[in-house]
Amino acid sequence: MSGQTSSEYKYIGTRSIRPDGADKVTGRANYGADFFLPGMVHGKILRSPLAHAKILSIDVSAALAMPGVLSIATSEDLPDMNAGTESAGEGEVDFYDFSCNVLAREKVLYHGQAVAAVAATSEAIARSALDKIVVDYEELTPVLDLLGAQKSDSPLLHKNQTTEGPKGKGKTPSNIAKQMMLARGNVDEGFSEADVVVEKTFISPIVHQGYIEPHACVVRTNESNQIDVWCSSQGHFMVRSFMARLLAMDVSNIKVTPLEIGGGFGGKTVIYLEPVAAILSRKAGRPVKMVMDREEVFRATGPGSSSIVKVKVGAKSDGRIVAMEADITLNAGAFKGSPMMPSMMCVFTPYTCPNMKVTGKDVVTNTPKVAAYRAPGAPQSHLAAECVVNEIAKRLNIDPIDLRLLNAVDEGSPTIYGPKFKAIGLKAALTEARSHPHYASALSDNQGRGVACGFWFNVGLQSSATINITESGKAVVITGNPDIGGSRASMALMAAESLGIPLDQIKPIIGDTESVGYNDVTGGSRTTFASGGAVIKAAENLIQDLKRRAAKLMDIDVELVQWIDGQAVAPADLDKKPLSLARLARKAGATGGPLTATATQTARGAGPSFAVNIIDVEVDKETGSVDVKRVTVLQDAGKAIHPSYVEGQMQGGAVQGIGWALNEEFVYNEKGVMENPGFLDYRIPLASDLPMIDTVIIEVPNPGHPYGVRGVGEAPICPPMAAVTSAVNDAIGCGADFQLTELPLSPVKVLDAAEKLMG
Amino acid sequence: MATHVKTTINNEAVEFLCEPHESLSSVLRERLHLTGTKEGCTTGDCGACSVMLDDRLVCSCLVLGVETEGMSIDTVEGVAKADKLHPIQEKLLEHAALQCGICTPGIVVSAKALLEKKADPTEEEVRFWLAGNLCRCTGYDKIIRAVLDAASVLREEA
Amino acid sequence: MDSLQYFAPTTLQEAVQLLETNSGCRIMAGGTDLIVQMHIGTASPPAIVDIKKIPELNKLQLSDSDLLLGPAVSGASITEQADIAAIYPGLVEAIDLIGSTQVQGRCSVGGNLCNASPAADTVPSLIVNNAVCEIHGASGVREVAAESFNLGPGKNCLSEGEILSLIRLPKPVPGSADAYLRFIPRTEMDIAVVGAAVSVTIGGDGVCSAARVAIGAVAPTALLVPEAAKALVGTDLNDQALENAGAAASQAASPISDKRGTAEYRIKVVGVLTRRAAAIAKQRALQN
Repeated sequence: MSGQTSSEYKYIGTRSIRPDGADKVTGRANYGADFFLPGMVHGKILRSPLAHAKILSIDVSAALAMPGVLSIATSEDLPDMNAGTESAGEGEVDFYDFSCNVLAREKVLYHGQAVAAVAATSEAIARSALDKIVVDYEELTPVLDLLGAQKSDSPLLHKNQTTEGPKGKGKTPSNIAKQMMLARGNVDEGFSEADVVVEKTFISPIVHQGYIEPHACVVRTNESNQIDVWCSSQGHFMVRSFMARLLAMDVSNIKVTPLEIGGGFGGKTVIYLEPVAAILSRKAGRPVKMVMDREEVFRATGPGSSSIVKVKVGAKSDGRIVAMEADITLNAGAFKGSPMMPSMMCVFTPYTCPNMKVTGKDVVTNTPKVAAYRAPGAPQSHLAAECVVNEIAKRLNIDPIDLRLLNAVDEGSPTIYGPKFKAIGLKAALTEARSHPHYASALSDNQGRGVACGFWFNVGLQSSATINITESGKAVVITGNPDIGGSRASMALMAAESLGIPLDQIKPIIGDTESVGYNDVTGGSRTTFASGGAVIKAAENLIQDLKRRAAKLMDIDVELVQWIDGQAVAPADLDKKPLSLARLARKAGATGGPLTATATQTARGAGPSFAVNIIDVEVDKETGSVDVKRVTVLQDAGKAIHPSYVEGQMQGGAVQGIGWALNEEFVYNEKGVMENPGFLDYRIPLASDLPMIDTVIIEVPNPGHPYGVRGVGEAPICPPMAAVTSAVNDAIGCGADFQLTELPLSPVKVLDAAEKLMG
Repeated sequence: MATHVKTTINNEAVEFLCEPHESLSSVLRERLHLTGTKEGCTTGDCGACSVMLDDRLVCSCLVLGVETEGMSIDTVEGVAKADKLHPIQEKLLEHAALQCGICTPGIVVSAKALLEKKADPTEEEVRFWLAGNLCRCTGYDKIIRAVLDAASVLREEA
Repeated sequence: MDSLQYFAPTTLQEAVQLLETNSGCRIMAGGTDLIVQMHIGTASPPAIVDIKKIPELNKLQLSDSDLLLGPAVSGASITEQADIAAIYPGLVEAIDLIGSTQVQGRCSVGGNLCNASPAADTVPSLIVNNAVCEIHGASGVREVAAESFNLGPGKNCLSEGEILSLIRLPKPVPGSADAYLRFIPRTEMDIAVVGAAVSVTIGGDGVCSAARVAIGAVAPTALLVPEAAKALVGTDLNDQALENAGAAASQAASPISDKRGTAEYRIKVVGVLTRRAAAIAKQRALQN
C-alpha cells in the first residue's frame, strides 16, 4: 500500500472508517431488493424466447383471468415515442429504442427482451401467469456475428436504420448504425517514415459488469398521478428523468428514493424495471416490487460491447512512434449506441505520435443492448493498441516502458479529440513502474510479463450539495449520487477539510430526488470530483454565512473575521473570543435563522486519469491454464481523498480486466440464446484465482479541482486486458509476434497456441 | 400448502409458514425481513446468502425453508453483539474491504465460520475458503487482508 | 401453481414407501443440484423426499475393512475427518472440489453419484476405489459397482421406487493410494472440464501390482479405463508407464464439445491429468 499523505491537509488523504460502514457489515443497509411496502405485490417479466422475431399478437386474457393476477403490462401501455437521439446524462439516448427495450413493440431483437409483465399477489402466481400469456411470433434469422452483421445481405434488425456518418445519413438500410473518423497529421506519410510497422487485429467478446446485486425496485403510484420509486441505481435523478420521458410525465410527478446499490460499473446507468412497475402499479392500484433473477440480469440487461479492433503502428528504430492507425468495430447490441466514440478517443491517447487515424463503427446485432461498462469502449481499444505497442518494443528490442516514456503525452500535449492536456500523471506512473521492484524481479520458466497503460477522460457534469448545520453544530452533508464505492467517506473528508471540523461532526447522506438539487449519474468517475466539488463550494458558502453571523455577534466588520479550524476568529488585537461552529449554531436563531448552504455546479476540468499495469502470469503448457502470479497497478489519482478507496478502485478495476482477459464471455448458440447465464459458467474472478494486487498511487494534482482530485473509477480497467494478453503471449514464447489475439484467453486457445509454437 | 416450521434464528425461537418450494434465503428475506442475507444468484454460485445452518456454512438459497424444522440458523444479523461489531466486521471496515457492500454480509458469515474452525489460516486457505463468496468490486485484496488481520485479533483475544 | 410436496421420512422403510406412492418424486440429499434445477426451472417434481433425516443414510463409518458412506452425509463432514483423508486422499480431494465451502456444507457423495453428471467429481474416485453401491427398493436390496451405477448424462440405474442406501469402499491393501485431479478454468467453483482418478498398489519390489484409472467429463458417464490400468500394472510406474496410461485414457475418451471445452482439448488434457494423477498416487503409495 502506498500513497503519500500530504501534510497540508488534516482530513483528506486519511483512511477514515466509512460512515455507512456499520450498516453494511451488519446487513442492516437496505439494497434494491430489501425494501417492502404494505400491500405490495410482485411483478415479473415475460421475456422473448427468440433472438429475432416479429411480434404478431399478444393475448393476455388467460393470464389476466387467473386468481391473484392484478395487472398486466405490454408496450401498448407505454406512450408513443419519436425516434431520434437526444443527449441525456453521460451520453445520447434514443427514447423510441429505449422504450422498446423496456417493453418490445413490433419486434423482439434479442433473446430475453421484455415483452409483457404481470403483477400478482405472489411471485409464484406471477410466474405461472407468464406462462399463460400467448405471444405469436414470426421468427426471423438472428444476426449474431459482428462481421456478418455488416454485410449487405445480412438480415436487418431495423428496417429504417441507415448508417450515420460524418457526412450525414446513408441511403440504404444497414446494421451499421454509425461510422466515424478522427485524425491528425498524415498517417500515410508517418508509415512511410517508419522503420518497423506492426498491424494486428484483436477481438473481445460480450462481457457483463457482473454486479452481484440484481436490478430491483418498488414502485407505488397514487390517484393523483404521483409515483414513488425506491430502487438501487447509479443515479436516482437518472431514474426519474428516464421514467418521466418513457411514461410521458413531468419529472415533478415522480419521486425516487435511492436504496443502497450493490455494484453497477456502468450497468445501472439505465433502467429496465421501473417504468414497467409503474404501469403495473397504476393498473393494479397496489405498490409493485420487481426483482430480476441472475439469469435475467445476464440475458436482458446491458453488457459491455464485443469488439474487433485492428491497430497498425509504425515506429522509427530509436523507438519514436510515427504513425498509429486503428479501425474499431463495437457491438451495440439490439439498438444503436455502442461506446464507439470514447473507444476511438481513448485508443492512442497515451501517445504523442503526430500522425493518427482512427475509424469506428457502431454495429447492431441480436444481443442485449449494451450499457456502459467501466470506461466504456476503452479497454477494448487499449487491448489492441497496447499489445501492438508491446510488439513494436520487442521488435526494436527496447524496454516496453522505456518505449512508452519516449512517446508518452504530458502537460501541453494535444489529444486527437481536441483539447491539450493540463498536468497529467502518465510519465510519473511509467517512471514509477520502471523502478518498481516488481519490474526488476526475475521470471521463472513458463512465466511471462506484460505491461500496458490506459487512459480515461473522466467527466464533470452537474452536481448539487446541501449542508445543513444541526442546532448542536454538526454538519449534515446531503449529496445526490448513490454511494457505490465509499463516496460518503470522501464527501465527509472533503466537508471536514473545508469546514475545518472533525470528521465525527459530519454526517454525509444521500438525498432523494426531492431533498437535494439535481445530480447527474454516478458515472464517468465523476462523483468524488464533481459532487465533492459541490460539497466544497457549499462549505465555502456556509463559511461566508458563518463569518457574517460571527461578525454580528462579535460586533465587528465581517471582513475582519477569519474561519480557522472550525471557528470564526477575529484579529487578536480585538480581544474577541473565537466562535465555534457549535456556538454559532446555538445562536443561529438570533443571527438570521437556521444554518444551511447549498451549492451547485456544472463541473469543468475533470482531470483525466492514466493507469499503468505490470502483470506476470504462468502458463501450464500442457493444459493451457493461466495463473496470475503478480500484479502491480499504478495510477494517477490527482489527490487521493481516501487512499484506501482509491486503491480499492485500482484493485477492483484490475481484477475485472483480468477476468475479461482470461475467462469472461457471453457464449451464444446459433439461435442467439446465451448458454452461460449464471455465475457458474460466466466465470468472474474468485478470491482463489488471484494474488494480492499491489497499488501505487501517483498524485499529480488536477488543476481543475480545489484539492486536485481526479476521478479514479474507470482508468484501472483500461490496461489489464492488454497486460495479461501480452504476458500470456510472452509466457508461451511468442516473441514479437503475438499469437493469442482473441479474448478470453481460454485454456483451449492457450493450449492450442502453445502447442503450435512448440511445433 | 404452507408448512409451519419451528426454528431457532440467531438464538431466538422463530416460527414461520412457508411453501415447500421456498428457499431459506427467501424465507429469511421475504417472510422474516432479515434482509442482511442477500441474494445475488439463487443458484449457490455467489455466496451472498451465506448463513450457518446447525453450525455448518451453507448458501441459504440452496436450502428449503421446510427443511429447517428444528434446526438453528445463524445469519449476519446475529454476528455483532450488543452494539459491538465482531472483529471481522471491524477489520473489513478498517481495511476498506467493501465498496458496494452487497457481498459483505456473506463474507462476514463465511469468514467467521473459517476462523472458528481455523484460528491461524494462511492467505491461501482464506482465499480458497472464500472462493464461493463473489466480490466484483474489490479484487479481494483488502478482504483477504482484513480476514487475516481479524484472525490475529481473535487469536489475541482468545 | 405450487403443488410441491415435501416429505422428510426418518426411516429407510418410510422413504421407500413414499417413493412408491409418489410417482415422479425426487430424492433430495444436499439439494445442491436439485434446488438449483428447481430455481432455474429445469426440474419441477411433484414431491421431494428429503433423506437427510434418516439416521442410517447419514452413516459415516471407517473400519479396518471398509468405509461406509451414507448417501446423505455432507461433503464437509467427510473432508474434515483426517483419518478418512489419510486412507482415501484422492476421494477426499474429489469431494473437496465440489462447489464452494458453502456447497460442501450440503452436497453429498450420494447425490453427486445419483445426479449422474458425466463431470461429477467424486465418481471417478469412487470407481478407482472399487466402491459398491447398495440400493434399496420395494423388492429388496441389490448391489451395483460404482462404474455401473450411471447409464448416461442425468440417468442412473435406479428404478422408480429405488433409493441408494449406502456406498461401501473396501479398505485399500497396504502399498495403495489414490489421487484425483480435475481441470477447470478457474481455481474453484467450476464444473470439471476433465477429471481423472487413479489408484495404484505398489509391492515391496516397487512394482505396481494393481491399478485402476477412471476419467470424468469425457464420456456420457465417468469411465473406468482398464487399458490405462494395464499400462501401469507390472511397471515401476516410470515416466513412460505414466505416459502410456495417459495415452490410454485419451484413447478411451469420447467427449463432446460444449461451452466448457472442445472434444479435442478434453482428449488431450485427460491424458495429462491421468499421467499427473498417477504420479501423485505413486508418491503416496510409496509412503503407505
